[in-house]
Amino acid sequence: MTVPLAAAGKPHARPRLSPLAIVAMVVLAVLILAAIFAPLIAPYNPIAENLSAAYQGPSAHHLLGTDEFGRDLLSRIIYGGRVSLLGVAEATGLFVLIGLPLGLLAGYFGGVLESAISLIAEVSFALPQIIVVLAVLALVPDSTASAMIVLGVLGAPALAVFISGAVKSVRAELYISAARVTGLRPGRIIVRHVVPAIVSPLIVQVSLFAGVALLFQTGLDFLGLGTQPPQPSWGSMVADGATYLGRDLWMVLPPGLVIILAVMSFGLIGDALQDARADRRRTTTAGARRRAPAIRPLSSARDQLTVPADAALTVRGLSAETTGASPAAIVEDVSFSVRAGGCLGIVGESGCGKTMTVMAMMGLLPEGVRTTAGQILFQGQDLRTCTPRQYSQVRGSGIAMISQEPVANLDPSFTVGHQITEVVRHHGGLSRRQARARMIELLEQVQLPDPGATARRYPHQLSGGMAQRALIAIALAANPAVLIADEPTTALDVTVQAEILDLLRRLREQTGLAVILVSHDWGVIADACDAAIVMYAGEVVEEAGIDDVFDQPRHPYSYELMAANPRYANQPRTPLPSIKGTVPAVGEWPDGCRFAERCRFAAAECRAAEISLDPVADGHWSRCLRNTEVPQLKLENA
Amino acid sequence: MTRTLLRRLALSIPLLFVVTILTFVVTGLTPGGAAETILGTSATSAKIAALNQQLGLNQPVYLQYGHWLEHAVHGNLGTSVLTGESVTTILGHALPVTLSLIVGAVIVAVVIGIPLGVFSARRARSGGQVVDAVSLVGFALPNFFLGLMLGYVFSNVLNWFPASGFTPLTQSFTGWLSSIALPVVTIALPGAAMIARQTRQGMLDVLGRDYIRSLRARGLPERSVIYKHALRNALGNVVTQLGIYIVGLLLATTLVENVFAMQGVGTVAVSATSEHDLPVLEGAALYFTVVVVIAFVLVDLARAWLNPKLRRSH
Repeated sequence: MTVPLAAAGKPHARPRLSPLAIVAMVVLAVLILAAIFAPLIAPYNPIAENLSAAYQGPSAHHLLGTDEFGRDLLSRIIYGGRVSLLGVAEATGLFVLIGLPLGLLAGYFGGVLESAISLIAEVSFALPQIIVVLAVLALVPDSTASAMIVLGVLGAPALAVFISGAVKSVRAELYISAARVTGLRPGRIIVRHVVPAIVSPLIVQVSLFAGVALLFQTGLDFLGLGTQPPQPSWGSMVADGATYLGRDLWMVLPPGLVIILAVMSFGLIGDALQDARADRRRTTTAGARRRAPAIRPLSSARDQLTVPADAALTVRGLSAETTGASPAAIVEDVSFSVRAGGCLGIVGESGCGKTMTVMAMMGLLPEGVRTTAGQILFQGQDLRTCTPRQYSQVRGSGIAMISQEPVANLDPSFTVGHQITEVVRHHGGLSRRQARARMIELLEQVQLPDPGATARRYPHQLSGGMAQRALIAIALAANPAVLIADEPTTALDVTVQAEILDLLRRLREQTGLAVILVSHDWGVIADACDAAIVMYAGEVVEEAGIDDVFDQPRHPYSYELMAANPRYANQPRTPLPSIKGTVPAVGEWPDGCRFAERCRFAAAECRAAEISLDPVADGHWSRCLRNTEVPQLKLENA
Repeated sequence: MTRTLLRRLALSIPLLFVVTILTFVVTGLTPGGAAETILGTSATSAKIAALNQQLGLNQPVYLQYGHWLEHAVHGNLGTSVLTGESVTTILGHALPVTLSLIVGAVIVAVVIGIPLGVFSARRARSGGQVVDAVSLVGFALPNFFLGLMLGYVFSNVLNWFPASGFTPLTQSFTGWLSSIALPVVTIALPGAAMIARQTRQGMLDVLGRDYIRSLRARGLPERSVIYKHALRNALGNVVTQLGIYIVGLLLATTLVENVFAMQGVGTVAVSATSEHDLPVLEGAALYFTVVVVIAFVLVDLARAWLNPKLRRSH
């Protein structure tokens, strides 16, 4: 019952069982069958005494030895199983009988019913079950059945809450909505759709509860409250063994071990089902691709790219790929440079490698991705040669970063002020008071109103725009030379977007901060940057100054992306412009031009061989054979 | 924070009533009951009736409860039907035992469980297998059996700890520690396993969040990211589970008290059950429920401290 909820899978999904779980089921089956057929299996009468054979260890006559009265332990354990397993069945039966229907109803209908069950569950969690069971046992002494029934009833609300949660998440699935629309009655919907989807989590909860019930039942017997002598039960056998522990250590072991075995089997079934579903989820999202990547040689023109004197950061020939059995290229031969006080835009749709490029620059590539070539030249060193320690010093104080979803990028447990001073103190070693003063200064610099009050706020109390400003303040805290802004305004509305971009421009002017702005929105790039590179399928397809690229784009993709911006939609009641098709997935890049599939100018020669990134005008590069045919963008409503 | 506190207290009052009334009603249904037990099986029905009259046991249940409640509010929980001793005295001796075990178990479980959980979260795959295995063993091991085994090895064989008995803290600190060491370890191990598992899952969840990457991008040292930031966010669920664990400890302490021959509230309740000593059982029910209430209050406060979204004061 302390197991976290794993999301319900699709109906009729069959979880794979590990070998361990199968062993567990076999063990339980054996125990149950032995209990049922006890009179046929047990070698001896469990209560037959034979004092001359007392305190024996395992032997040919008595496989598990004897107790203080010479009674055969194996037979007593087999018969003892009847009591304990029956008790488990009683408790689990009530647990499911009450908990399941209540949970289904509460989850499906929600509202008052759900709140009521939630409340009952809260009270039942706090109820000292031991007391209630003792009270019942005071009423009906020695009745294991009553105690186990009470346990089942007390545990049922927990199951109801769990099932209710599972049902709610299934409810949201589309196929339920579909069933509702077609007019199936609620009862049939529940039976046909909801139940199969919760079978797996239900089995997990039930098997775990069964384990708990068994421990409870044997515990009661241990205390002498349930089964009375001479009837054997696992718990009372342990109690007997305890009495004679000094004299005969062995007696206590068989019943103890069989309890452990049984409970462990219940637990294994629960665990195994959970893991099987989790594994399925994990493998469908990861997974290396099969295709061998086409490795392109560094284009010789780019190779000679010299590092400009005023460059704050220069990237040369950066490539990255996935690790694992069949690596696939993610980023290929990307080069660019940004000067102090300048702003470089990196443009492209999702999946083109822009985020991976900037993550590589920060040394924060996720598990399963690594850089394979190139240089990241910053302040006289190549960051790719840095140790993790050195890199961690560069981050924050040399290169800082802000991302999409500002509120999610703040630690929800600490105030804004604390998160700023923390960075200030780590990089600067200032005292508390100095750090606080600097923090206020930073909040003012990013133009957050009432810095003192804002510093005391928690992330969940901030709007998106305020949170992004706070993150910029954090990013500036250690005076970095370069700020990478990865889609900083995508999650914000347009007016706030303009303010944030304005802020970035002001910071560049005031402090000489170099900014690298990543976006899929040419409008943002046009607003904030003085140069841009366009990325598609892991490589740079165009690079130019901002005026040049807008005046005359030299790659069909750049043009299409500009035209696809809704704000350039020219006529009402015409379809929104968009680029047909999608970015080719990693590992499935074609040999020729990667954009050819979606390009209106594509010709045979485009698909034939790799195309290099070549200069087409002063400071303007393009990876397109037909770059002269790219039209100019008519911005009638711009 | 005060709102959380008030809400929890508001929920607790009905709980106290539910438990005490339930106990009263259920035990009150026993025919004969205490009188018969006291006088023994040879008693005549006339003697039983007389004792019932004397102890007020023949009154309607709601009247009996009413009297009990009235006295309880003034701190008088009555006297044991069997020994005549004041219930508060009996439970007063028993409570320190139970509290020592519960507090000790929580501390040990947390001190072992949380670091184990963090450690295994950082080594995702192999760590997971270790924690799962430990969890399973912790789940399956009956505490009375484990107590017996630990007692056998560490008391009988090695003689490092006393095999039974409770030394009050007021008597001797080291004596107290060594008398509770084995029982505490016995009941703490399953708790540690559960906490390790919960901590690990919480950490894995948190480590996948956006702000973790953002914290690293700020250049903060990895140990600060893990222990100061990630752990704090991951502990919410762990603390909630602690509350449920403490409720389970009421039964667990009863069992280990039996193994190590200590007289805690649970043991007192169990004997009161077999002897139909209703005032003592009622008193034990009340004490246990108060322990649970206090535990849940502390859990709520801890959760509010950890998670600013749960605080209502802004």
